[in-house]
Amino acid sequence: MAIILLLFMGFFSSGFANTLKWSMPGDSLTLDPHAQNEGPTHMVSRQVYEGLVTHDTNMNIVSQLATSWESTDPETWIFNLREGVTFHDGSSFTAADVAFSIIRAKTAPSDMVDLIKSIKSVRAVDDLTVEIKTEGPNPILLNQLVQIFIMSESWSKEMGCELSYNWDAGDTSKCASASNGTGPFKITLREQDVRTVFERNSNWWGDQSQHNIDVIELLPIKNDATRIAALLSGEIDYTNVVPVQDLDRIASSSDHKISQVAQNRTIFFGMDQGSSELFSSNIKGKNPFADRRVRLAMYHALDMDAIQDKVMRGQSFPAGIITAPGVNGYTKKYDQRLPYDPELSKKLLSEAGYPDGFEVTLDCPNDRYVNDEAICVAAIGMFAKIGVKVNLDAKTKSIHFKEVKEGEPNPSDMYMLGWGVPTYDSHYVYSYLLASDGSWNKVNFSNARVDELTAAMGVETDIEKRNEMIAEAWDIVQENVPYLPLHHQVVNQASKSNVDVHARINNEPLFYFANIN
Amino acid sequence: MFYYFLKRLFQSVLVMLIVAFVSFSLFNFVGDPVNNMVGQEASDERREEIRDKLGINEPIYIQFFSFVENITQGNFGISYQLKRPVSQLISERMPATLELVFVSALIAILTGVFLGVYTGINRDSFISKIILVISLAGVSLPTFIIGIMLIYFFSVILGVLPSFGRGEVINFGFWSTGFLTLSGLKALILPSITLSLFQMTYVIRLVRAEMMEILQTDYVKFAKARGIKEKTINYKHALKNGLIPVITITGINIGTLIAFSIITETVFQWPGMGSLFINAVYFVDIPIMSAYMIMVAFIFVMINFIVDITYYFIDPRIRLKEDSN
Repeated sequence: MAIILLLFMGFFSSGFANTLKWSMPGDSLTLDPHAQNEGPTHMVSRQVYEGLVTHDTNMNIVSQLATSWESTDPETWIFNLREGVTFHDGSSFTAADVAFSIIRAKTAPSDMVDLIKSIKSVRAVDDLTVEIKTEGPNPILLNQLVQIFIMSESWSKEMGCELSYNWDAGDTSKCASASNGTGPFKITLREQDVRTVFERNSNWWGDQSQHNIDVIELLPIKNDATRIAALLSGEIDYTNVVPVQDLDRIASSSDHKISQVAQNRTIFFGMDQGSSELFSSNIKGKNPFADRRVRLAMYHALDMDAIQDKVMRGQSFPAGIITAPGVNGYTKKYDQRLPYDPELSKKLLSEAGYPDGFEVTLDCPNDRYVNDEAICVAAIGMFAKIGVKVNLDAKTKSIHFKEVKEGEPNPSDMYMLGWGVPTYDSHYVYSYLLASDGSWNKVNFSNARVDELTAAMGVETDIEKRNEMIAEAWDIVQENVPYLPLHHQVVNQASKSNVDVHARINNEPLFYFANIN
Repeated sequence: MFYYFLKRLFQSVLVMLIVAFVSFSLFNFVGDPVNNMVGQEASDERREEIRDKLGINEPIYIQFFSFVENITQGNFGISYQLKRPVSQLISERMPATLELVFVSALIAILTGVFLGVYTGINRDSFISKIILVISLAGVSLPTFIIGIMLIYFFSVILGVLPSFGRGEVINFGFWSTGFLTLSGLKALILPSITLSLFQMTYVIRLVRAEMMEILQTDYVKFAKARGIKEKTINYKHALKNGLIPVITITGINIGTLIAFSIITETVFQWPGMGSLFINAVYFVDIPIMSAYMIMVAFIFVMINFIVDITYYFIDPRIRLKEDSN
């Protein structure tokens, strides 16, 4: 009798709870929402924690814990908070929690420090009103606040993690393995790298009818082949990371489907045009890349349609601009590639004084972007056709990025880089990649007007004026070809046919819009 | 005796120091961990600050000495990626690996001895030849291909065994227990077979060779002449003598199994030390990488040390030679 009862209960629990088994290669590094500014970590935090504002499935900024906001002067923002919101532990959400969380996120050792460094002060005006002051006007404050999750002040203090993880303390933070947010799901079991179980938060303030997920199980599987096998055998329901070589296999299964969208990540080559001489080139005493005609010649030599077709198996959108669709400032016009024309390239090289081409080394990661090394190999063949001998130096990402960023052990003359824009605004691209002092501007591009515009778009709050500045800056950049845009990556996710999860350009699933039919 | 022991101990410590130094200096070439630790927005100052805190701006020899000093105190540092003590992470993952290795060793020895005896006795039979050919394939095919093939067949096509993970192993109370064990056992099958194949082939060939040799010896011939039953000769006398080298070799090979489990664990997403290590390599999590290397080296050195000491007691020739020095 007892056995029958147990079997019966087992049947019930699996028959009535809608469980979604989700897999990706890595796990969240920590449940502390401010400790790591990293993709999978935010993906997990996003299901549990909420921000003042957030992106919807189409990446528009919408209200979340704040219901409305206004800026009373260019440096002051007032946020009115949602009433009646509670944390998972039952305590109620107030302005003090917001002030606490933003200060926590902007205090080292939090990893969010650099993202919101423009915030000067946060103050709880009353229980449901928060005032944020910024250092100078900040037109993209809302975009930045999307990434700042709100924690409970009393809970964090109780857990002894008023601050994010501290290197000096040498011990572990309890907030790294426990969570207490206001979001649609709460974590009920956490075994790092093995299994994380989320259950529906039935006290969530939001619209519970948007989704019918009762339980999410996150089961990270690092090996691509194993993850896809697990999907095909029905052991997982959904994965947001699908290798391109398995797309056909999944599409041919009648029980599974694929959804895709252009990713918020553009791949490009950088060419050091500011140094007086290239380290790896046979041309000494001058820098070929300093000449715009040489950079243009390299551009015209790239047949991105062939790379899209042969290397990427159709899984890319050839790009004419180094930022992705969906980012403020991106237009279709800029995204038109210059034509593939090796004859023109040769002519440009002759005009620039390199009729026989030259030699240079291309640094490439081999484990960071989709088919990164294969793209470089294909590109090198194309450069060879115009007489430029490019030597490939493909390495693991941790060595590649060090070489690009620090110039160690050797300076990078030409390199592959991919760039995502978490703020969805061009200013992010300018301040890191194009301003003279940009920390990732390793092509040493320097244009006085671009520097001026970068500074100005960082503080201009008149949206129309600001968009004009962004457009002007892009006009200059497109004219100067400091980088060679390659393509926008594609987000591919695969699921069982009856599972609907919106694919978003940042590859971050929002399970409160997901349904199992 | 004491001198011999001391000499072996000294050699072991020396080997450990060399391993520590080699692994340590290798890790200086795996790249910059800082880039993986911070977001792309992080300023140069903050990157530098973290490097200072990690101590990777110090000269290499100072880093090495503090590394060895910490290890001798049992402190393997804190994982860069997971920000938890490495010793804690490894001890959490150790049961999964040891369980896998134990089952694999068991499969390898039992199946290996059985098939080895069979092929040794029935040298020319058709089945023996098939076993030998298949076992050769087992050694030549890389572990990850065997793993993926097993997954494809048993999980995707037949749908009878899980393709990844360890199943339910942790006890959350009465209800889950019975169920947990079953899925845990099912999850063990494919990875342990994958991991055992190489060793199994090894054992088959070793036992086969030993059996063939022993069956030619005089005492076996004499036993035959005395009219002792074939079965008794094969299993009671020949196999017993043939097993001595097998036991010695498999003892040492347990260390190899632990080291080999990295690939098997990655293919099957087995939450053991090997997958922890692979993740660490990907992230340049130096504390985990070095702790793992040191631990594997330690296992090997310990096994060898024990074997050396045992020889002293078993083999009178060593005892005489060493004591006369």
